[in-house]
This record gives sequence, C-alpha cells and structure tokens, in this order.
Amino acid sequence: MSTSILTGRMNARPTDSHTLAAYEQTGGYVALRKALIEMDSAAVAAEVKASNIRGRGGANFPTGVKWGFLPPTFPRYLVVNGDESEPGTFKDRQLLERDPHQLVEGVILAAYGLEVQQAFIYIRGEYAKPARRVERAIADAYAAGYLGRDILGSGFDLEITLHLGAGAYICGEETALLNSLEGKRGEPRIKPPFPAVEGLYAKPTIVNNVETLSNLPWIVGKGGTTYAGLGPETSAGTRIFSVSGHVNNPGNFEVVMGLTWRELIFDLCGGIAGGRDLKCWIPGGASAPWFVPELHLDIPVTIDDTAAEASMLGSGAVVVMDESTNVVGAAHRIVRFFSHESCGQCTPCREGTTWLENVLARILDGRGRPADVELLLDVSDNISPGLKWPPAQTTICPLGPSAVSPITSILTHFRDEIDAMVGALEVPVG
Amino acid sequence: MISADWSAANKKRAESLLAAYPERRSAVMPLLYVAALEHGYVSEQAQRDVAAITGLTAAQVQAVASFYTMYKREEVGEYLISVCTSISCYLLGADDVLMAISQETSTPDGEMSSDGMFSIEHVECIGACGGAPALQVNYELVEGVGPDKGRELCRWLRDARPGVVLGDEMQQLFGGRRSFDWGPAEDIGATAPVPALDAFGNAVRGHAK
Repeated sequence: MSTSILTGRMNARPTDSHTLAAYEQTGGYVALRKALIEMDSAAVAAEVKASNIRGRGGANFPTGVKWGFLPPTFPRYLVVNGDESEPGTFKDRQLLERDPHQLVEGVILAAYGLEVQQAFIYIRGEYAKPARRVERAIADAYAAGYLGRDILGSGFDLEITLHLGAGAYICGEETALLNSLEGKRGEPRIKPPFPAVEGLYAKPTIVNNVETLSNLPWIVGKGGTTYAGLGPETSAGTRIFSVSGHVNNPGNFEVVMGLTWRELIFDLCGGIAGGRDLKCWIPGGASAPWFVPELHLDIPVTIDDTAAEASMLGSGAVVVMDESTNVVGAAHRIVRFFSHESCGQCTPCREGTTWLENVLARILDGRGRPADVELLLDVSDNISPGLKWPPAQTTICPLGPSAVSPITSILTHFRDEIDAMVGALEVPVG
Repeated sequence: MISADWSAANKKRAESLLAAYPERRSAVMPLLYVAALEHGYVSEQAQRDVAAITGLTAAQVQAVASFYTMYKREEVGEYLISVCTSISCYLLGADDVLMAISQETSTPDGEMSSDGMFSIEHVECIGACGGAPALQVNYELVEGVGPDKGRELCRWLRDARPGVVLGDEMQQLFGGRRSFDWGPAEDIGATAPVPALDAFGNAVRGHAK
C-alpha cells in the first residue's frame, strides 16, 4: 500500500523536489536516456500499453488503447490536460508544483513514443504557482538538452509550449481544451471525429492527463508489466486520491487501488472530524453519484467496483460529508457549479442546469413546493434521459448529465429530507 | 511586427508568444493576459490590440474574452480577492468567509471597492479542497482561511499595500491547513490580477521576510 510512484520524490526531497538538480539526483531523466538510446518509439508505446494504465483525468480510458487510435499521418500533437477543475480535485496541482520535471520527462517520453515533435501543456489559469514551476522546469530542461533539437544526441526533436487557461472548467473536456488552445471559445466538439484522428489544428492529437503522464518515467524505467502487476488487473498502478470535506486529515493520498472506502476514509484520512458520523461521500469528483455508509463502505476502491455500484472513480476526488450536512445545500452547490460552467451550446444543459439550480435554491430558501421533486426529476430526465448510469445524454459533452448526479443521489438516499423541506412549507388551510 | 501601441517589453513578450504556436490565433489567450497588464484590464482597446496582433477580428477576440472568467472586461481592483465557494470549501464555511471579506472591504460580491483597491468575487473550485476554505489574491493562493483571518488579510493588504502579492507570505500570516506541504517559501508573486508567469511579465520578486 505504501508504494509511491508519483509522490516519492517530493516526500524524500521536501525542500527542492521541484528543481532540476534534485530531479537528476534522484533518478530523473534516466528513463528518458534509456528510451532515446536503447529503445525505438514503438517499444516505448508498447511499455505504456503493457502497463495497463488508465487515464487519470476522469474518464479512466486505457492510455495505450487511446494511443493506438493515431493514424499514421504527420504532424501530430501531444496535449497535456492540466486543466484540473473538477470540484474536490487537487492532485495535479501537487504534481505540477512539487515535481514538474517528472511531468516534463513523462511528456518527452510520450512524445517520443507517439512520434510527436510539438507538445502543449495546458494548465488552468488559476494555477499560477504550479504553472510558474512548469514554466521554470521547461526552461531548465531546454538548457540541459532534454528539450529542443537532437535531444541527448538521439536525433529526436521536441518543443513544449506552456498554455494557460483562463477560468473555464469545460476546457478540461478534451475537445473544448483543443478549441481553447486554438484561440477559440472552449466549446466541446461533436465526436467523432475523436482527437486522435482530428484534434488540434485538425491534426491527429493525443490528450493525456498530468497524473497519467507523470507515471511514464516509472513505467518506462521499470517496465510496463511491473506497473501492471500493482493492484487489481483492471485498476493497475497507484492513484492519487484527493480527499476533502469533513475528515480529520484531508489531503492527497497515493495508494495502490483496491483498499476499501472504509480504509480510505477512516484509516488514511483519520475518520470524520469532531467525532460526528459519516453521512455520505462523493467517490470521484462532483460529477459522480454519491455513496452512503450503509451500502458502500466495504466496497474496494477500484475503477470497476465503483462503476458496478453505479458511480465512478472519475478524477479520484473524494468529498466527505458528515451527519450535520444539509444534503440539499450540498447538491445545490454542485449543481450551481455545473450551471455556471455550462458552455451554453446545448439547450438541455444551458437551460436545464439553470432550472435545477433555481429550484434547489428556492427549496433551500424555504420557498419549495411539493411538486418541486417531480420538477427536478423531469428537468434531469430532459438532460439525461432515463436517469441511468452511465448516463445517457442529450448534449454534446457530459457536463449536463454531471449536474444530474447530485439530484439523483439525494433523491435516492435522502428523499425524506427533501420531502420534509418541500412538504413542511404547505400552509395549513383555514 | 507587433501592431499595437504597447511597451517595448510587452511587444517582445507578444512576439515570443506568437512564436510559441504553429498558428497565430492560438496566441490570443496569452496575449489577452499581456493586454490586461498593459491596459489594467481587458478593455475594448485591449481586445482591439489583440485582434490587430493576431489578425483576428475584434468580434473573434471578444468572443474569446467574454467566454473566460479570468479576463476582466471591466476595471478591476489592485487586489482581486477570489473566494472559493464550491463544494469542499462550502462544507467548511466558505460562505461566511466571503461575507466577512465583503464586509471588511465594503465591497459586494462581484464588485470593486469605491477606492479601487479591492475587487471581490466568489469563484468555483480552485483546487485547494484539502485546505478549505481557500481564496486567492491576484491568483496567489492562501489555504485554510476562516472569516477572521480573511478580515485580517484584507486589513493587511490595505495597510501594507504590497506591490507584489506573495502566496507564501500570505499563507504564513493568515493561512491555516494546506492541501499538501508547499515546500520552501517562494519569493515570486503577482503585481496585478493576472497569473504571475514569466511569459506575461507578471512573475516578480517580492520582499517576503
């Protein structure tokens, strides 16, 4: 359980893990040297495939499979998704800030494996300090000969451009991110074509998350099959869980997947603050349906076990709520987020999320009506027909259906609370 | 050639930003940040400048500028205080922090103080959930800030009037629990409500003790 692939260096070198010197002194850029000198591109891609790593941005799609979708045409691009904005998620921030060279090496390895000569690192605008650290790391990597022309005498060339977002959650959706990188509004594109076929500047493009690529120096250095051997077969490797809310010890925890939710919340995070009881938690970011202790505490924390319980591990963001939480208030806060972040392209999402927010707000205000529960369900059903999991959608991207998750969660698990809030308001006649 | 009446340093920055992308249009976002530093905010003139530099129409630039919340298209205070009120911060009392800061600066959420010193806004998740409640001043982060420390922070900004806003300095003075160990203090921060990056000319050494 104590395997640390991603966070080992920052723990071992707490004062300088972000510097090139510390990175090189702790085995940094060794995997890159090995890859460029001893391996061809296909061999690097094969290690990634063999690792069975699944994307850490939220969709959990197998990275090696995604890479395999690239057609044999050039130029092609690699784009790093560092737009981390899913409420509850703060793992990439730590990786960017405390070990930026680990990411840069991962990007160079990926670019070599994908035969890419231009990569972009897209970081959300609010992450000024993490972006500064990456800006510095890129500059130092150029100066040291890890970037630019003829890297380490291998004949391989790579340029990395750092691109800053400007406050739009939707740009974490990969096609919105590509539009943003092209200098356009961050509106998701209709798929297909997928970015691997037609991405940035309509060229084949691979978009990978910061955490995903930060694993590459280890995977290439130690071998993909070694990585695949960590944890359950379909949830290979370690993962950083960002735990927040009403726990005693919130923070980022890098663990091999497969421990239970009880172990994560009560052992790693020290249980619920103030001696209160656990009421519910969000297992994988604001878009994920909620879990409750009566049903889910002893389920293993893996991608597939979470999916089997009709939720998702998503971005690894766990938001814990204690017994004192007003779940309608919490749901409203999440719905408000999606309403604010809707790009506005699709009517069900643009109008629907606004309606959901307004109805929840009036319930919280004490102005709820008994019919509001049905109204919430009706609006939700128009955004995500059938209210099932994984969600159906009437929209281009999954943002709209994400706003439905908190609604169905509170209606499934806490129906009596919301009924009491709307029913208690009926004015006695006479 | 940069066809805008900008400082020599900002023209140089614009040139390197244009050179960083295969297509000029991609530079519109970073250029809007530089334009904000040049003009104080993303004014209509700032948008026209970016249009001239990139070869886009003013409407195309406006479409971008209006999509992203960090491009302030109205005057913004010297210190932009962004209080996170998303789910994790909400669970730990962020609404009270926002109210305290709004009262301390006599500035309603979403507005600028009459003396131009502060702008106050509530924002969606800033990735500081483990250190909730959290806020940013000119996009420099402070974690574990309750209502009282939030008020103190505002008073300190008013009195000390730092020319460079340093996250580590504010965290030491007013912060609490952090999402993770930040490592050693950094003496680089922001001079304006624009992310402090070298590329924008806004990452400047401060004066932290």
